[in-house]
Amino acid sequence: MRNKLPLIICLISGLIMFLQYFSKHPVSRAVYSSILDWWQIIFAFTLLVGAAAFVKVSLKGLQKKGEGKYKAIALAGVVVMPILAIIGGNKLGSPFLWVFENIQAPMQSTVFSLLAFFVASAAYRGFRARTIPAAILLISALFVLLGRIPISEYFSEWFTRIMFWIQDYPSMAARRAILIGIGLGSLTTAMRVILGIERTYMRGE
Amino acid sequence: MAGKSLLFLILIMLLFTNLSFSSDGTPQNSSWFDINTLATLIVSLIFAAIIIYSIQSASKGKGIQIREIPGLKAIDDALGRATEMGAPVLFTPGWGGDVQRPTTIASMNILSTVAEKTAEYDCRLIYPTHDPVIMAVAQEVIKESCIKSGYPDRYRAEDVFYISSSQFGYAAAVDGIISRTKPASIFLLGTFEAESLIMAETGNSVGAIQIAGTDSTIQLAFFIVACDYTLIGEELFAASGYLTQNKSILASVRAQDIMKILIALFIVIAIIWATIDPKSAWWKF
Repeated sequence: MRNKLPLIICLISGLIMFLQYFSKHPVSRAVYSSILDWWQIIFAFTLLVGAAAFVKVSLKGLQKKGEGKYKAIALAGVVVMPILAIIGGNKLGSPFLWVFENIQAPMQSTVFSLLAFFVASAAYRGFRARTIPAAILLISALFVLLGRIPISEYFSEWFTRIMFWIQDYPSMAARRAILIGIGLGSLTTAMRVILGIERTYMRGE
Repeated sequence: MAGKSLLFLILIMLLFTNLSFSSDGTPQNSSWFDINTLATLIVSLIFAAIIIYSIQSASKGKGIQIREIPGLKAIDDALGRATEMGAPVLFTPGWGGDVQRPTTIASMNILSTVAEKTAEYDCRLIYPTHDPVIMAVAQEVIKESCIKSGYPDRYRAEDVFYISSSQFGYAAAVDGIISRTKPASIFLLGTFEAESLIMAETGNSVGAIQIAGTDSTIQLAFFIVACDYTLIGEELFAASGYLTQNKSILASVRAQDIMKILIALFIVIAIIWATIDPKSAWWKF
């Protein structure tokens, strides 16, 4: 029963979620919306577990050489932000929002901006024409790059035309083929879980 | 079991469909069944039937062979390298998905094998995540894998932890872990968005062997360039069958191929039809 009960719950939940997609009846919508509410409640509780685990790991890391300072900053964030929210709320002009807009948002933007440099370094490695497919990739990438920059139109409008052709035909065809594979893979994985064939989520028992 | 489940599913669908029409056969306004989704329902049922038939026939017939997938074959090499170097292995499910996503489930299946082998080789496995539910499931999966390998004491609860639900907060933290611990092997398997290349390039800079796989075609392009091995498309979902050689799972992978052939046939027929009769649009459902 210890193994069967989760499988039965999984089968019924899977069927309900599958069936509700095909219905716009108010009852079906209500069931779907309640399931989403339940999900939010479960998530809120697990967030507490996650935060507790984070604090536990960070406290352990405080004693480690080289790692301690990072853990201290992370712990300070976990402690300070809720205190600021409790004291001043999260409205416009509140200390919480000030910290968010002036510390957290710029830090996130900084990490995001790193992407530009990483794209350049990855492209440099990827576009080395050692093999025929790599050479095709390099030539295609050059045409797409040239087609994207405004100056290419002064030389020839063909750069833009070739760029659109590459994007709309060979690239799109490959993407769609991959997407079909991903869609079918998702479908079979979902079916395996619903039918109880795939049981990794319950220790594989 | 699978056959009975399909029968149960079809019966419910028939009941469900029947409720959607009034006694004179016209669709009701607030009907139980949305008639616009009929084509999706039919295709879903056909695909479900193919999967279940394939699983049932596999249990009676011969074993199924699956083609070699380099990314999955390289798992042993990646873990062996980490063991030899005495460096940890890092596994991230990405930032974009939650536990109910098929990509995350597929990622958990690979995690199970990786965790079993790292426990066997006495190699440290670090699993940082952005979602506390994924953390809870991953803890169970890794703990069970350690028990399966015969080394339950090698499970380290502090190495499976939640970091942050913020996308770049998570990416920065994983980058920090990679830079400080210098893992010998990195598994980037799950749902990734803009953080994919930030993590993959950091992993590359510390010289780690990287095995990646995701369901986003945009991020796949980044992984192909930055990682040593990339699981493309359905390869990620076929991983559990490939790694466990479970007959039923392999049969569902074969069913996937049958469905792919059917879709390809449909596309070819539609192309020919559209060429002969451009006004026709029966395939647009």
